[in-house]
Amino acid sequence: MSEDGARLTIGRCSTCLRAHFPFAADCPWCGAEACAADRGGPWARLWLWTAVTSRPPGYRGPVPYGFGVVELEDAPLRVVTRLTEADPAKLYEGQRLQLVLDELFTDDDGTAIAGWAFTPAAVD
Amino acid sequence: MRPVYILGVGLHPFGRFPERSLTALGVAATRAALADAGMTVQQLEAAFCGCVYGGVAAGHKVLTALASRGIPIVNIEAGCASSGAALALAAHQVASGRHDVTLVLGLEKMPRGMIRSTFFDPWREEAGLAATPAYFALRAQRLMRESDVRLEDLAEVSVRAHAHGVHNPWAMYRKAVTRTEVLASPEVCPPLRLLMLCAPNEGAAAVVLAARPSRQHSVRLSAVALRSHQPGAVLGEHTPLCGLPEEDPPSPTTLAAEAAFREAGCEPDDLDVVELQDTDSARHILSAEELGLCRRGGGGAWFRAGGGTVPGRPVVNPSGGLLSKGEPLGASALAQVVECTWQLRGSAGPRQVPGARLALAHTVGRGANACVAILQT
Repeated sequence: MSEDGARLTIGRCSTCLRAHFPFAADCPWCGAEACAADRGGPWARLWLWTAVTSRPPGYRGPVPYGFGVVELEDAPLRVVTRLTEADPAKLYEGQRLQLVLDELFTDDDGTAIAGWAFTPAAVD
Repeated sequence: MRPVYILGVGLHPFGRFPERSLTALGVAATRAALADAGMTVQQLEAAFCGCVYGGVAAGHKVLTALASRGIPIVNIEAGCASSGAALALAAHQVASGRHDVTLVLGLEKMPRGMIRSTFFDPWREEAGLAATPAYFALRAQRLMRESDVRLEDLAEVSVRAHAHGVHNPWAMYRKAVTRTEVLASPEVCPPLRLLMLCAPNEGAAAVVLAARPSRQHSVRLSAVALRSHQPGAVLGEHTPLCGLPEEDPPSPTTLAAEAAFREAGCEPDDLDVVELQDTDSARHILSAEELGLCRRGGGGAWFRAGGGTVPGRPVVNPSGGLLSKGEPLGASALAQVVECTWQLRGSAGPRQVPGARLALAHTVGRGANACVAILQT
């Protein structure tokens, strides 16, 4: 997270020039070990969405929660993500979204664990 | 390569059996397959066992219980296609001449509730990105947006599956459901309702393969193809966290189906019976499209016109599908092969598709792994 808000750590491949997420040294599209980390987001457009109504294995955050696929505005990339909006009726295709960090749960030793999500942008 | 014949098949029912061990399920299915083949365990030359949640050497434990003597035993994990992968390896042993008789086994005891998978790293679970039915829901939403598939169609998929499952004594759910009941069942991940999703459960299946037909049984395994994913698609069964907007490569199912049709020398129009993966209602229609039973984007129209039902051909999921049977991951692929074998022998009882001569069994799941097997009389 930087001073001006949350960003995703994406990877960019110097061989095929495509982006991926989360960052890995090996490009998942061409296999070259030629990727550098970059910042992605915070703006994206909504492509697909649903809601998770019961707590999946290993997840300790609140339910229901939104879940979907967004397309980043600053990289030709679709990203699977949690959404802050859990009501599918309040979401629409192409909706502008902003990356945010939110608290998922408090760990056993009292540490607040944050996750990323996309939330409907105030202005389209 | 030599032809491969299915001499014996057996199942342990799919359901919940808290009093029975995983090994006991596998022993029951193996004994049934051996009895069907008229063979003893000592005639087996190798065994290939598909299992996901069974831990170390699940296949060895079954064959130990049956007093097998020193044969090679291989345990295989390939997600939902585990016993399909076992079938492919066992068939190759026979076809290549390495062995004359091999056993294929699939068995599973799934934990209850939403499937937990070590496929997902712990951080991904904690981040809420390991909810398997949510990925199914996204595929369903895309299918509905990009074609004319409607919510009512997804409900009707479940209605038809359960109408078939009523006649299957091996299935977990043998009760008919109405469209209203499906639509009124709890929304797990919109648009998918509880009754549009298959339940993880327990069960086992076994098949004996051989290089020559027997006096009783001559169903031939004409092809078995395994395929995995290609890079690009964000909604691929390899459940990546990203994808490329313009990339939509052929799915593992399509790749496996094309290879299997080529190997068997037949086409989708030739099929009498298809057992396809219906993990959820949308997957039923997607599988039909990806297998080539209808055109891409035409699955809704195909389904509403009665595609997959008698008197048309092929009849799809006469067993009731996973929606009726439930899905014990390691056993489900092979159980489809067992159903297809019964159909081709004409011994499927009230589920029988009259005159069935050519059948296809399909599974796809985590990995991604897809398996397509083609059987003929």
